[in-house]
Amino acid sequence: MNRMSRFFKSVLLAVGFGISSAMLVVPASSVVIIDAELQDWSFAGIFGRYDKNQLQRGFQVFQQSCAACHGAKQISFRNLSEEGGPSFSESQVKALAAEYIIIDAELEDGERAATPADRWPEPFPTLRDARAANSGAFPPDFSLLAKARGITQRFPAWALNYFTAYQEGGTDYIYNLLVNFTDAPEDYDVPAGQYWNAYYGSTLAMASPLFDGMIDYEGDEFPETTEQYALDVAAFMMWMAEPGLNSRKQMGFQVLIFLFVLAGMMVMVKRKIWSDVKH
Amino acid sequence: MSGHSSYNPTNPVAKWLDSRLPIMRFSKEHLMDFPTPKNLNYWWTFGAILAFMLVVQIATGIVLAMSYTPDAALAFDSVENIRRNVNYGRIIQATHAVGASMFFVAVYVHIGRGLYYGSYKEPREVLWILGVLIFVLMMATAFMGYVLPWGQMSFWAATVITNIFSAIPIIGDPLLQLLRGGFAVDNPTLKRFFSLHYLLPFVIAAVVALHIWALHVPGNNNPVGVEVKSSHDTVPFHPYITMKDLLAIVLFLIPFAWFVFFAPDILGHPDNYKPANPLITPAHIVPEWYFLPFYAILRAIDFDMWFISAKLGGVIFFGGSILVLFFVPWLDGSKTRSGTFRPLFKPFYWLFIFNFFLLTYLGAQLAVEPYSTLSKISTAYYFGYFLIILPIVSRIETPNPLPASISESVLGKGGS
Ligand code: HEC
Ligand code: HEM
Repeated sequence: MNRMSRFFKSVLLAVGFGISSAMLVVPASSVVIIDAELQDWSFAGIFGRYDKNQLQRGFQVFQQSCAACHGAKQISFRNLSEEGGPSFSESQVKALAAEYIIIDAELEDGERAATPADRWPEPFPTLRDARAANSGAFPPDFSLLAKARGITQRFPAWALNYFTAYQEGGTDYIYNLLVNFTDAPEDYDVPAGQYWNAYYGSTLAMASPLFDGMIDYEGDEFPETTEQYALDVAAFMMWMAEPGLNSRKQMGFQVLIFLFVLAGMMVMVKRKIWSDVKH
Repeated sequence: MSGHSSYNPTNPVAKWLDSRLPIMRFSKEHLMDFPTPKNLNYWWTFGAILAFMLVVQIATGIVLAMSYTPDAALAFDSVENIRRNVNYGRIIQATHAVGASMFFVAVYVHIGRGLYYGSYKEPREVLWILGVLIFVLMMATAFMGYVLPWGQMSFWAATVITNIFSAIPIIGDPLLQLLRGGFAVDNPTLKRFFSLHYLLPFVIAAVVALHIWALHVPGNNNPVGVEVKSSHDTVPFHPYITMKDLLAIVLFLIPFAWFVFFAPDILGHPDNYKPANPLITPAHIVPEWYFLPFYAILRAIDFDMWFISAKLGGVIFFGGSILVLFFVPWLDGSKTRSGTFRPLFKPFYWLFIFNFFLLTYLGAQLAVEPYSTLSKISTAYYFGYFLIILPIVSRIETPNPLPASISESVLGKGGS
């Protein structure tokens, strides 16, 4: 018994020691850190789950604004009706898909209406077209973007992430980016086709894709503001990048409970076995 | 080491087999009866945890390989397809990726245990050397595994790390081309890395078998470092150690599962969710966390020494930082094994551990001040510990008196 508590004491000590020494200062870089405003995401933490209604609103924002430039090539229409996602009905998805055209040289007319099995169509026929339409920049694909971005944090915030399982750096990044298209500092020369973003800390080739009231939400429970649009579309992008999150976290909870119970029982068996040995 | 065997089969089939292939006898002797010091603490469970992790990596790896495509144009999407469309693919992939990290957590604890309790000392030198060899193979395996998803970090880590070899005089460039299968990291690199990544774990398994063989000749070291004197000092491996190891594995699975299910990407880098692009260099190329201490040493040498360029110097120190481990049994001359009885050794040891964390931290920083200077000091201590401190301390130190036997040391503790 003592041995185990002593062991755990050493582990705690070693971990504390490690964290406080290795993590004295900020991680990764000595570049200027622009602090992100962290949001409350429904899918954060052990019990986090996607909010189906938020994903549906997020899809609306994606479809009506972002999709004009950004693709989502890992996503099929049918994914939109799957459990753990926006969960549109199958007939809704079928109708949605039918609005899109798939180019198919094998067919007589060279094109057909999309079906739920099709991937989300690319907004531009070629990379060159995409660049030409966006002052030379390529609008990155959304399928994984929410996991391909992150925020930079100071100590101790980032060290605590390992204990809080913070995995929302990407959505916090996207939200902060979308709500920070401000006027450039006076002495800053903004090149043509570039737009200043205070969170980005520089300019990029995307103008603010959102403005208040641009998208109609059903009912009036949620404000039609840039902030709300940004939250919703970021959540939707997280779902695109990690569609299985709900079931993964649910299974994880079961696994952890199982492991704790098993470990508890094994501690008892182990003590019983060792009870006749002075060690 | 048990001398006579307790395996006396009565069943005729068992007897028949025993006189032809004594595999049951072997298992009984080595997995059940093997006498193990009764005073082992939980730091001794990490060997079993490592064996378990090797099995986890091989099992999940084989399943991943069923759907993975080693082709520069397809690899990234094939891993994404595993995550999205293969049944339980996200869990299997996350287990393999997080598993690599957990494997290294366990191996660093295991090595640190050995360094503190003097487990590398006579008669366990070969056991130690095989361990260092496993460590080197693990690093190669993990490095090549990290390249397989063909994301931005995969590609650029491969470029930066293979480039190290070009610093070697004369054979450097041909070696680099052999590794990459061409002048730059490209499709041939990915293909050979996949092939080797599949091969090496089995080589590791073979070296692990030798490692355990070399363990079963002298038997385990133990926290007081006094050799086993009689059967009073030991317990049979089964059920005592098997139960304790299994418990440790289950406890180890808790943080493992925590990461797999709740934060599968926290140990990775967001840039690896961007497909590899040879035209865009990431702002800050960092290796996986478990390579950071050695990466810090590599970068600490940023100055020329006589005819040795900074680049070659970095490679020499990088290689040396691992090579030096092979010589530890002969660098530490102290007859006392356990650090517990070595008053002078102890503070230097803990400073070494602190320094190792510091190197990990420094490996993740940009090569600017104050990190560059700190890296040099930290690297100096890493080598100083092995090459200067261990030899000198073992000469001038007066160790505390050792207990006469394991049993006596256990009695002295009272109440445990
Ligand atoms: C008119 C075309 C256009 C529209 C509409 C658009 N974007 Fe973009 N977006 C771009 C371009 C071009 C870039 C690349 C900018 C660069 O690299 O300079 C970009 C980049 C981004 C980035 C990545 C920034 C980074 O860190 O590199 C995010 C995130 C993003 N867009 C989100 C959105 C969201 C969310 C929407 C919808 C609300 C949207 N975009 C609508 C053109 C567009
Ligand atoms: C010592 C054991 C091993 C270690 C340390 C290891 C490490 C790694 C790492 C770090 C990755 C990158 C994971 C990611 O970023 O997604 C990886 C990927 C991969 N490994 Fe291993 N691995 C081991 C054994 C194996 C074995 C035995 C196989 C196959 C038989 C295997 C097959 C694969 C495959 C197919 C991938 C690519 C899929 C993916 O990226 O998830 N690995 N490995």
